[in-house]
Amino acid sequence: MPEQPTTDEAFDAADLPGADAHPEPHTGPLGQTPSQTVGPFFGYALPYAGGPEVRAPWQPDAIRVHGTVRDGAGDPIPDAFVEIWGADAAGRPATARGSFARDPHGFAGFGRAAVDRDGHYSFTTVKPGAMRAGSAPYLLVTVFARGVLQHLFTRAYFGDEPEANAADPLLARVDAERRGTLIAEPDGERSYRFDLRLQGDGETVFLDYGTEV
Amino acid sequence: MHPPTTQPETTQRQISDEIAERQRRETDAAASAARPLAVHPRRDFAPYRSTTLRHPTHELVRADPEEIELVSPAFGHTDVAAEESDLTIQHAGEPLGERIIVTGRILDGDGRPVRNQLVEIWQANASGRYVHKRDQHPAPLDPNFTGVGRVITGDDGSYRITTIKPGAYPWKNHRNAWRPAHIHFSFFGSAFTQRLITQMYFPGDPLFALDPIYQSIVDPAARERLVAQYDHDVSEPEWAIGYRWDVVLTGPKSTWMEPEDADHA
Ligand SMILES: [Fe+2]
Repeated sequence: MPEQPTTDEAFDAADLPGADAHPEPHTGPLGQTPSQTVGPFFGYALPYAGGPEVRAPWQPDAIRVHGTVRDGAGDPIPDAFVEIWGADAAGRPATARGSFARDPHGFAGFGRAAVDRDGHYSFTTVKPGAMRAGSAPYLLVTVFARGVLQHLFTRAYFGDEPEANAADPLLARVDAERRGTLIAEPDGERSYRFDLRLQGDGETVFLDYGTEV
Repeated sequence: MHPPTTQPETTQRQISDEIAERQRRETDAAASAARPLAVHPRRDFAPYRSTTLRHPTHELVRADPEEIELVSPAFGHTDVAAEESDLTIQHAGEPLGERIIVTGRILDGDGRPVRNQLVEIWQANASGRYVHKRDQHPAPLDPNFTGVGRVITGDDGSYRITTIKPGAYPWKNHRNAWRPAHIHFSFFGSAFTQRLITQMYFPGDPLFALDPIYQSIVDPAARERLVAQYDHDVSEPEWAIGYRWDVVLTGPKSTWMEPEDADHA
């Protein structure tokens, strides 16, 4: 740091002529800050080492959740990223600090995965427990991409929980022909496929938590 | 001489006309429904061409947030080193450009500080160039500037970063399209539904009126909330120019109500 001036009279910028041209704080009374697209150039900034490994893949309870992000023409989106946030196997959110600097024996709950050139993402995590009686277990899934001006929320329920899914209040509110877009279907040993279609045939059901203002 | 590039056919005039027409339509619709203009951008804002195939066409389905949606990942000071909030000290030398400080507070919609949460930023260098392999703007990279930073908010929700002022940069949305100078910000709130990724702009930028990303927010008051203010109390003598930018993250309504139009989506 450079040396400070030796004399520093009490100075208040608000006393200067013209300083009252902007008398109010620019945010106003708690007006919400709007969203903007993540743009195309997040790839060197947001992904981090271990981001897709919410649970270390060698752990016996690890599952894989993966899929492809597609646009309205059905083409893979190569500049998207996905975040997941889920409860542990007992249905409790992780509360230990260190969602970035994660413990390989622990469970962070939160993960971030950029898609590859083919629009494909992949996480390892644990299969969450249900958080409420009468609700089915799910992962909260958030999608960001160039061209997406405000992120999109959805949920990945599990295809091997047919009874819990049949009773789930959110799934019940979704038209039967679109409900499948919220289901991660088993596609192998401890592996589930959850494709995301931003528009068009098979468009994913995206969710509004009262935040669409 | 700059290298020849293929330029899109669409002109700024056409884009500006589309922006004005869409904003007029949104303003009329809000007035006739006696509701305020939307805070967030319209996801189908066609003047920003990349939205065309990337916005959902179905109504979003109202969901009752469960516990996982009402809490947020637990970041902490073990995740982020203190130096990560200063983008000017990441290399052997000083980056070129105008050194700036950006500071402010992160609040929720009730005015409560968002404490100990992660803020991530990324930006172009002073020439308007990103350290990203697909950025083809023929402007120089700066070996002393990467343009990535992170900080954990304090107990009062405050954050503070030191960086250099990014340059405007061209993009291919239309002919002669330029983004106003901006810093990308990513926020986590105290509930995951408060998640926000946005861009902070600098006051008085002549490119605001021309930019379909900035103008995708149809409410002028909401747009202005993305513009930092020069703050002389933040500027440091013989060191850096200071800006203040406060951020408000709003979460789910505290009380879940079955929507009136409980039609299936
Ligand atoms: Fe940018």
